[in-house]
Amino acid sequence: MSGMADPSEVRTPSFLRRHIHLLVSVLLLAAVIGVWEGLVRGFSIPKLILPPPSAILSSLAKSLLSGELNTHIWVTMLEVLGGFAIGGGIGFLLGCLIGRFPFLERTIYPYVVAFQTVPKVALAPLIVIWFGFGLSSKIVTAATICFFPVIANTLVGLRVTPSDQVEMMASFMASRGQIFWKARLPHALPYVFVGLDIGIILSIIGAIVGEFVGAQAGLGYMILQRQFSMDIAGVFVILVILSVFGLALHELVRFVQRRVIFWIQDSEDRITGA
Amino acid sequence: MSLIEVTGLTKSYATREGKPVLALAPLDLSVREGEFLTIVGPSGCGKSTLLKILAGTLRRSGGQVRLKGQALEGPNRDIGMVFQSPVLLPWRTIADNVLLPIELQRLNPKAHRARAAELIRMVGLEGFEGKYPSELSGGMQQRVGIIRALIHDPAVLLLDEPFGALDAMTREYMNLELLRIWKAAGKTVILVTHSIPEAIFLADRVVVMTARPGRIAEVIDVDLPRPRALEMINSDVFGGYVRQIRAHFGSHGGLDA
Repeated sequence: MSGMADPSEVRTPSFLRRHIHLLVSVLLLAAVIGVWEGLVRGFSIPKLILPPPSAILSSLAKSLLSGELNTHIWVTMLEVLGGFAIGGGIGFLLGCLIGRFPFLERTIYPYVVAFQTVPKVALAPLIVIWFGFGLSSKIVTAATICFFPVIANTLVGLRVTPSDQVEMMASFMASRGQIFWKARLPHALPYVFVGLDIGIILSIIGAIVGEFVGAQAGLGYMILQRQFSMDIAGVFVILVILSVFGLALHELVRFVQRRVIFWIQDSEDRITGA
Repeated sequence: MSLIEVTGLTKSYATREGKPVLALAPLDLSVREGEFLTIVGPSGCGKSTLLKILAGTLRRSGGQVRLKGQALEGPNRDIGMVFQSPVLLPWRTIADNVLLPIELQRLNPKAHRARAAELIRMVGLEGFEGKYPSELSGGMQQRVGIIRALIHDPAVLLLDEPFGALDAMTREYMNLELLRIWKAAGKTVILVTHSIPEAIFLADRVVVMTARPGRIAEVIDVDLPRPRALEMINSDVFGGYVRQIRAHFGSHGGLDA
């Protein structure tokens, strides 16, 4: 038996090997933070231009413990999720309608594309005038920005149904509607989720831009407040919160995606391939 | 009376230059009720085109197709089609894939559950009802494709090179399975293949087609006893049929043996 490897040893890489990427990525972050701290201290860069990570960390702890950001986090979260629900919802439904009826693709879709060429950020001042300084104007801004990637990806997805599946269903006397619901829509879902994933991140941009233009609360509003009072470490704190927020929403979309599109899974046993 | 009557059927495709290319020359064929008919020929001979016209998924250019005396226009509930690949829906369980034609024809799936279970048992897939297609082997998936085509109890089963993607041993086994299903279900079967031995082994009659334009070169009655057994492939009679068909294609026929 000598010379024979234990099969279990061959198949399962060690814990370290499987999680090596995690270790490397944490080390990379630590290195960047270390270099940043060193440079700021070494060159005595003023705190007002670039605060060291240690200052940002203590400001973060202070902000969170005092609870001064709680309402602002809550407000921005509502704006982002509201905008995503409305923009993503309309994008998906309109995409389905246009994909289902080719007539609508020829008549309506050119206007959708024309609308997309307008930078939505440039619309934010108008939207604030129409919808006021409260939550609703930020929700509308976020919705208009997140709408397009969802509708565009839904439409692409509705075109990728393999022709043999359409032919199979047609041979069993399926109507156009049945082919849409039972084959084209399920095949489009992976693309819809790509659109939702982009859309939810764009919703954050929309909400922040809306707050920049005119607001009484929210994380974007707080960025401006802290900038006015020269609390640069405090601005970085909000950037950290926003990126954690974005990551969480991205993971949420991925979580739902894995449950909805259960039939597409990457195999963990595969040795080659990306 | 014949079940399917094809008269003067033609199919032409428009090319880029605008000149139509004839894929099927005027073609006559009658299919008897209950028979196992195979269509063999090289690629490009129009055998799949003919089958798609019978399935109602491809428009013909001329001629007539009658099923049970009625003109066949488009997909028909008396036709069950099996494709080159199984074409199962990956998000549906095996049982729900089998029941798909019932749903599409707006019949009651609940009323057909028992029949689906019976068909699943007939092809030896009991216990797999709740599994998804990705959990089945290629041969098992194609068996699902076959019973899906039988669930709505059509008069005719059409198969378009159904075992082309399978390895040689699975293919032989699936041929025996298909003969067993044919006997149990009592359907008229039309199967397209590019394998001469497969065509002879399965058939009551073999339709030999040649290319450019696609036309019927000969229809051969296969006088081998039923049930067929794999040993028959080595018999002299079988070899005679092979030579008779091969004669139509010359030495460069491009057919696999």
